[in-house]
Amino acid sequence: MASQQQQSAIKGAKVLMVGAGGIGCELLKTLALSGFEDIHIIDMDTIEVSNLNRQFLFRRSHVGQSKAKVARDAVLRFRPHINISSYHANVKNPEFDVDFFKQFDVVLNGLDNLDARRHVNRLCLAADVPLVESGTTGFLGQVTVHIKGKTECYECQTKPAPKTYPVCTITSTPTKFVHCIVWAKDLLFAKLFGDKNQDNDLNVRSNNSASSSKETEDVFERSEDEDIEQYGRKIYDHVFGSNIEAALSNEETWKNRKRPRPIYSKDVLPESLTQQNGSTQNCSVTGGDSMVSVMPWLGLKNPQELWGLTQNSLVFIEALKLFFAKRKKEIGHLTFDKDDQLAVEFVTAAANIRAESFEIPLHSLFEAKGIAGNIVHAVATTNAIIAGLIVIEAIKVLKKDDDKYRMTYCLEHPSKKMLLMPIEPYEPNPACYVCSKTPLVLEINTRKSKLRDLVDRIVTAKLGMNLPLIMHGASLLYEVGDDLDDIMVANYNANLEKPLSELPSPIVNGSILTVEDLQQELSCKINVKHREEFDEEKEPEGMVLSGWTQVPATNGESASTSNNEKPADVTESSSGSETASKKRRLSEIEPSNHKKETENVESDDDDIMEVENPMIVSKKIRVE
Amino acid sequence: MDGEELTEQETALYDRQIRVWGANAQRRLTKSHVLVSGIKGTVAEFCKNIVLAGVGSVTLMDDRLVNEEALNANFLIPPDENAYRGNTVAEICCDSLKDFNPMVRVSVEKGDLSTLGLEFFEKFDVVVIGYGSRVTKKSVNEKCRNLVKRVAFYTVDCRDSCGEIFVDLQNYKYTKKKLEETVECELNFPSFQEAISVPWKPFPRRTAKLYFAMRVIEVFEESEGRKHGECSLLDLARILEIKKQLCEANSVSESLIPDSLLERLITGTTEFPPACAIVGGILAQEVIKAVSCKGDPIKNFFYFDGEDGKGVMEDISNSFTSS
Repeated sequence: MASQQQQSAIKGAKVLMVGAGGIGCELLKTLALSGFEDIHIIDMDTIEVSNLNRQFLFRRSHVGQSKAKVARDAVLRFRPHINISSYHANVKNPEFDVDFFKQFDVVLNGLDNLDARRHVNRLCLAADVPLVESGTTGFLGQVTVHIKGKTECYECQTKPAPKTYPVCTITSTPTKFVHCIVWAKDLLFAKLFGDKNQDNDLNVRSNNSASSSKETEDVFERSEDEDIEQYGRKIYDHVFGSNIEAALSNEETWKNRKRPRPIYSKDVLPESLTQQNGSTQNCSVTGGDSMVSVMPWLGLKNPQELWGLTQNSLVFIEALKLFFAKRKKEIGHLTFDKDDQLAVEFVTAAANIRAESFEIPLHSLFEAKGIAGNIVHAVATTNAIIAGLIVIEAIKVLKKDDDKYRMTYCLEHPSKKMLLMPIEPYEPNPACYVCSKTPLVLEINTRKSKLRDLVDRIVTAKLGMNLPLIMHGASLLYEVGDDLDDIMVANYNANLEKPLSELPSPIVNGSILTVEDLQQELSCKINVKHREEFDEEKEPEGMVLSGWTQVPATNGESASTSNNEKPADVTESSSGSETASKKRRLSEIEPSNHKKETENVESDDDDIMEVENPMIVSKKIRVE
Repeated sequence: MDGEELTEQETALYDRQIRVWGANAQRRLTKSHVLVSGIKGTVAEFCKNIVLAGVGSVTLMDDRLVNEEALNANFLIPPDENAYRGNTVAEICCDSLKDFNPMVRVSVEKGDLSTLGLEFFEKFDVVVIGYGSRVTKKSVNEKCRNLVKRVAFYTVDCRDSCGEIFVDLQNYKYTKKKLEETVECELNFPSFQEAISVPWKPFPRRTAKLYFAMRVIEVFEESEGRKHGECSLLDLARILEIKKQLCEANSVSESLIPDSLLERLITGTTEFPPACAIVGGILAQEVIKAVSCKGDPIKNFFYFDGEDGKGVMEDISNSFTSS
């Protein structure tokens, strides 16, 4: 494979890597070994202990240092004469503008979040630089190639957004452990230790709401000399006892659901846990706030062990006590951090007690931490395999081997004997609002929803714009930037609070908005349709954005990129997809383990596979 | 069941991978002993992966002195001639590997693999041969099979942008997750000798061509007394002769093995780093699965071809003939 032409293409190439983590370390190493001599690498993170099981360029002594910089130094040790430039920065920073991207022959992503990926996708499109994307989770991984005008861009197919849950499921009717975690983390923990000024849905609406709201405010307030343990038990009884009783009084809710049972501390724990003053002194405080922990003191050594109700309750109370005893200053400013051991213990315990109440199976601290911290399980081998595949695609890009680009999937269970499955890339989606400029449709109540809602939920969250600009006709309704004068800022802030139909240039049914991000060079048109009502459970945000005009709804489930070996149904309506090009692929509807195997293709040229793509997300009508 | 728990340090370090394969599997890994003979780029990748995974020990065998050629595709050898002069490949790699995970015991064993007896191999749970003659691979595989203890046996070979992995787990019992349940499975693997001697005629049509191509090269290197990878375009004529002979002996058409494929394999004698990363990764995953007895293993060959980007499994045994 090392032909002269190939070697010189590699040698003269200027490559940008975004991400110096799991994939990044493997990729930088393989690029260097393959003969690349000019590599730039961006990563905003610093090294943590949990990285060391796979990010092999880092050592324990590097914890806390910049990943990009340490990776660079490590690789220079075995390839001292190549050029590696490292940037300890966020790829979304303005310094990485279109001109910056234009200097590269190819961009290679090793990112771990959708937001950054979309951003890089847009910059690569604007700069017309090929992008090789990738991702791994456990034993699964994939590599995809994106060339403007020739293949799909990264956003041509909707990617699953992070899962969100309806508020009432969290506050009143949990059915899964993850609901309990979200309650414990985003409601209880936030209420007790987070910003007091934040809105919090913790308190259940009961029938006699008049009296309860004043009482509940008092419950969470702790007076200076109130005994910590008493306070803790009071909170316990409130959230696991009286709140549940209040919820039970709403008969309607429980008609078809299993009723939770209230749990009170007196029924679970002894009168008083220990002598007040003695207890907290015994807890291990070995330097640093994140080292504070109740587990050792309670004799709980194994994070994989399941705790019973009593143990969970002990952890709950003791952890709460410890926050007040040793980390008082932080209370009121804390946000949950998966590396904050005490926070993890508290949230685990709280989630478990709630789970017990609702007869949901309990989970260990190890499992709870993974859920609460959105921890991605990861191993070195998958990253190494994916890195190898990325370099192979990068070389094809440099050689401009158009016909050879492949999207490659690394499977845990073989599909037609394959563990590594390449398929041809798809052509660009003509309905993609990012690379094909198709307008989107937004259904919203223009009389009730404010501009702020539109900016937060649609422009920032869904469209992934960083520095947005919103125009209605000639009227500039909103923009973000450093160079705005005070009058403009005040004007925009005022606009944010107005309902859409009351803006200086009113947005009503039929209005067309232009939303832009100058850094990403992305411009979208949004057709606004007024709608009065939205379903609270199914459309909790009160607005619906849609943009895929040609694909009918599928079975609804989108394939997640982790653990889901069941391939998604990628169906396309027959008319739209019979486009001329052989590259626009119709995948089979049958799952790959269906008995009816397509063994009829007997030719030895097995390159073109009619194969189920397990990673592609099903095309949904709605961009949620 | 294993009585020892993972230490706190191990749990913290291995957190992300324990979430993939579980604490029990991790415990088994920390008790496993792996022997690796013949270290080029792919095996270097493999070693890095299993050291990171936290195996109990890795014993390295490769007495070649480090020279510029050995540096190719091997990131474990820093290119400082003053540092590596006089040292063997195993010695230098050993030092680098220790760095990746101080909890793994990495050591060097000198000598010729083929002269070592049963007592030597008994110390290991896994044996991996990176390059070696067909004779050596056969004899080591036989020794592994003669032990009472089950020793997992692997060979791996990368040429140009292609790679072959062979797996022999003998009689193998393991568990796997099917839907939400854990099921017990059992497989029987053919020996190395059996697997490379299966008559070609009854093979399914779509079998990876690399299988046949590698057998031709094996015969070539053995009959010409060449070291692994010691070939070039000048040998093409001889190789094609051997291909002809083998095809005739097996009563198959010569078109079974494309000449272009053989040409690639003998011209590209240096390893292609991306292929090393891919094949070394797959191999490490297999060893991890075998040590933890969890998950379907590859049975019994794996092929990667950088040209088409496919990574396929082939199940090759005498069962082709019995039907």
